[in-house]
Amino acid sequence: MLKNRIIPCLDVKNGRVVKGINFVELKDAGDPVEQAKIYSDGGADEICFLDITASNENRDTIIDIVRKTAKECFVPLTVGGGIRTIQNITDLLLAGADKVSINTAVVKDVNFVKEASKKFGSQCIVVAIDAKKISENKWEVFTHGGRNKTGIDAVEFAKKVETNGAGEILLTSMDKDGTKSGYDVDLLKAITKNTNIPVIASGGVGTLDHLYDGIVKGGASAVLAASIFHYGEYKIKDAKEYLNSKNVSVRL
Amino acid sequence: MNVTIVDYQSGNISSVINSFTEVAKGKVNLEVTADIKKIKSSDKIILPGQGSFKSCVDSLNKINGLVDTLKEFAITNKKPLLGICVGLQMFADIGYEEVETKGLGWISGKVSKIDNQKGKFKLPHIGWNEIEIQKESKIFKDIKNKSHMYFVHSYELIPEDKSVISATTDYSSKIVCSIERENLFGTQFHPEKSDKTGLKIIDNFLKL
Repeated sequence: MLKNRIIPCLDVKNGRVVKGINFVELKDAGDPVEQAKIYSDGGADEICFLDITASNENRDTIIDIVRKTAKECFVPLTVGGGIRTIQNITDLLLAGADKVSINTAVVKDVNFVKEASKKFGSQCIVVAIDAKKISENKWEVFTHGGRNKTGIDAVEFAKKVETNGAGEILLTSMDKDGTKSGYDVDLLKAITKNTNIPVIASGGVGTLDHLYDGIVKGGASAVLAASIFHYGEYKIKDAKEYLNSKNVSVRL
Repeated sequence: MNVTIVDYQSGNISSVINSFTEVAKGKVNLEVTADIKKIKSSDKIILPGQGSFKSCVDSLNKINGLVDTLKEFAITNKKPLLGICVGLQMFADIGYEEVETKGLGWISGKVSKIDNQKGKFKLPHIGWNEIEIQKESKIFKDIKNKSHMYFVHSYELIPEDKSVISATTDYSSKIVCSIERENLFGTQFHPEKSDKTGLKIIDNFLKL
């Protein structure tokens, strides 16, 4: 049976992890490579890096991090943030990323997914959708961390990226992100029911029960979380044992 | 010992290189190349594969003499070869991804899309799934039955001769996820991404 995945996400800015870290065993709290290794050793099913470096000049930094991490972590590695060109993808994959997560570039032109999946295979193309609720059961795609409206319906957009060759959807609720009040389960349901590719739930996790809701109520294939793991509130193992105790199948 | 990862310019093989490098450290001499001479003088070969069946076969064919060299290595000389993902799928006679495409024809059978039972199962089959060991395989030494492996694929190899199947995994049906026939090995899952268990499989292959 296919297991539900737990994916810790590390936000990286100018080569350093930005969200707080309280692991006592860490030598350098801001070192993304060392943190990724701890997650991987702790049973993370995948590792996700989100590069929130503002400028393009620093793209080499994330590539270097990916290169170092890939030599130490032997679970899938996804990298997102600032990917605009086929060359950006090539650089990351060559450095050792297994998948890339693309956001703004796809909203601007959905053909980018087609081009990328044709070149690299759907298996490594994740489309990140940031959505905000605009009315009952209606969500709109936003870009630039929720600042820019696009006028695009999130469900329609999800279907479109699937048709164009996306292998997975990383779905973040902009309303819930950072609130620790749980995923937007209705949004998840709307997307998982209308697509046939795996959906990764993101945005809002504060408790282990939220992970359960994302999978069982929302229909997500994987759950992504950042702060509950970074601040040491829970270890990956705690999350897996909790889900397992509630009959959600995970890789133990 | 000389081991070659065949780099035929198709898909992303960085993870394969990283994992094999990790396991091979100080034990075997690892080369990443499509150089026919180097392949001929290798003791073992890894044939990775990502992307579509057609794109992988096309890329293999683009390199002059590569297909014949691989055949001589694995079929005539019976030296150990491990195919991973599409690398395994290409062992078949024929594949049906994109368009009908001729495979290497080393294992009679075909590669077709996983039956997702009208959307009941999401495709690609992505993530960790348990393998059910069907027969003893040299690369499964010290690997427990129902170990988790990492999968990413939408197509499955269906061999005619079921005795080659060394493991299956359950996803909509029993999908063939590992084969062994004499010196020929293949995994549908990615040992290079399957954590310590995957590295153990790589180690088993390198120790053959």
